[in-house]
Amino acid sequence: MYSKRVMDHFANPRNVGKIENADGMGSVGNPADGDVVTIYVKIENNIIKDIKFKVKGCPAAIATGSMTTELAKGKTIEEGLNITQEDVARELGGLPTKKNECSNLGADALHAAIKDYLNKQR
Amino acid sequence: MKRVYMDHAATTYVDPRVVQEMLPYFTEHFGNASSLHFFGREAKEALEHSREIVAKALGASPDEIYFTSGGTESDNLAIKGVMYTNKIKNHIITSIIEHHAVLETCNYLQEQGFEVTYLPVDKQGFVSLNHLEDSVTEKTGLVTIMQANNEIGTIEPIKEIGKITKENGIYLHTDAVQSFGKIPTNVNDLNVDLLSISGHKIYGPKGVGVLYIREGVKIEPVQHGGGHERGMRSGTENVPGIVGLAKAVEIFQVEMEKESERLTDLRDKLIKGVLEIEDSWLNGHPTKRLPNNANFSFDRLEGESLILRLDAKGIAASTGSACSSGSKAPSHVLTAIGLTPEQANGSLRLTLGKRNTEEDVDFVLEVLPEIILDLRKLSAV
Repeated sequence: MYSKRVMDHFANPRNVGKIENADGMGSVGNPADGDVVTIYVKIENNIIKDIKFKVKGCPAAIATGSMTTELAKGKTIEEGLNITQEDVARELGGLPTKKNECSNLGADALHAAIKDYLNKQR
Repeated sequence: MKRVYMDHAATTYVDPRVVQEMLPYFTEHFGNASSLHFFGREAKEALEHSREIVAKALGASPDEIYFTSGGTESDNLAIKGVMYTNKIKNHIITSIIEHHAVLETCNYLQEQGFEVTYLPVDKQGFVSLNHLEDSVTEKTGLVTIMQANNEIGTIEPIKEIGKITKENGIYLHTDAVQSFGKIPTNVNDLNVDLLSISGHKIYGPKGVGVLYIREGVKIEPVQHGGGHERGMRSGTENVPGIVGLAKAVEIFQVEMEKESERLTDLRDKLIKGVLEIEDSWLNGHPTKRLPNNANFSFDRLEGESLILRLDAKGIAASTGSACSSGSKAPSHVLTAIGLTPEQANGSLRLTLGKRNTEEDVDFVLEVLPEIILDLRKLSAV
């Protein structure tokens, strides 16, 4: 059973889509047999100015992706890198145990997107 | 909100006529069928009358009908019961698309030292007769193949399988939990020696089932105790449940033919409509499937999300996705017919029932494409 907040983010996911010419992009998961989350970020003066995501997966994957974008928007990239799977799950009012293993992918995708941006800066 | 139940393979509602029939057996005729007094005799009479009704529906004799707690128990009793009785013939042949009640029982026996052959199926879910024949050895004691698959609805060639088992002196068990009440299930036409039935798939109550055991089949009881059901299944008989199951059988004997035709029409309309959705396909055979079963896969989405989006619109359905099953792997049936895990994860099963109308089908056909479009808009692949 999912929490009310999970169901809300599942029914109305926030920040869905793709950012053209994103400053960073990160994709995690396994398209062959599991969930996939992709996050796009726009960074200005070290701040995550815009963030969007796409997801193929179960309600938990959709909700965690959505919640990750909400938590990260407007934060510094250091703050973004510190957002954890646990933070996302907590903000959603908890996830079924199994879902934490296979579907809590938003934070990893966010970190990958920020690292992609940092790599491009070098 | 409009609510449309299209998950009748999971369970059915209890027909109100069945409920009516059952009620007095909770309150008035509550006796223990083993008791000598009036109350006991009354219960016993109802029990035996129910046995006759079920026997007639199967083309069997009442002595060959054993009441159990449901399909799972019937499968366990059939398979373990037959295998435990024969010390020499220690080989079972089954298929990889059986219900877990059969598969897990076979797995358990395998751990206990029995040999099990799991037959593969083709892309539509059919067991190959040649493959079955090739798998028979002198040690084969039992073949257990379902009459129709619970996920994709494929109807197996049980009659033909029965010819092979007969020729080789092997017992044939079939799990008829999904097929009973929807397609003809005469044990002599089907050439079967054992057959499992469940009450709650035929508009009867949960917690009651039947195992048909052909006269002369050597079988050991699995549950021991007071010797109920001629020693085959100890435990005070669930008289209200049994009466309910029998009433459900009585009802479908009158209504089945017409109802199955109606369901087939609805099913085919549903299939035609859903397949108009881009990147969708039907799992199983177009016609050799249960009249009420439709199973689809859709690219670029995940089944649990699809089910919960449908649920939000008032439509109850199910999926073979890993996410919904509580395991890491998607449906063993869908992967057995050659679907990739990704395709199996994007599956949807709609199973129709007596209360579904053409309006319900139209409603699904209106709502489903929008949901699929929406989930695909989200999709990262």
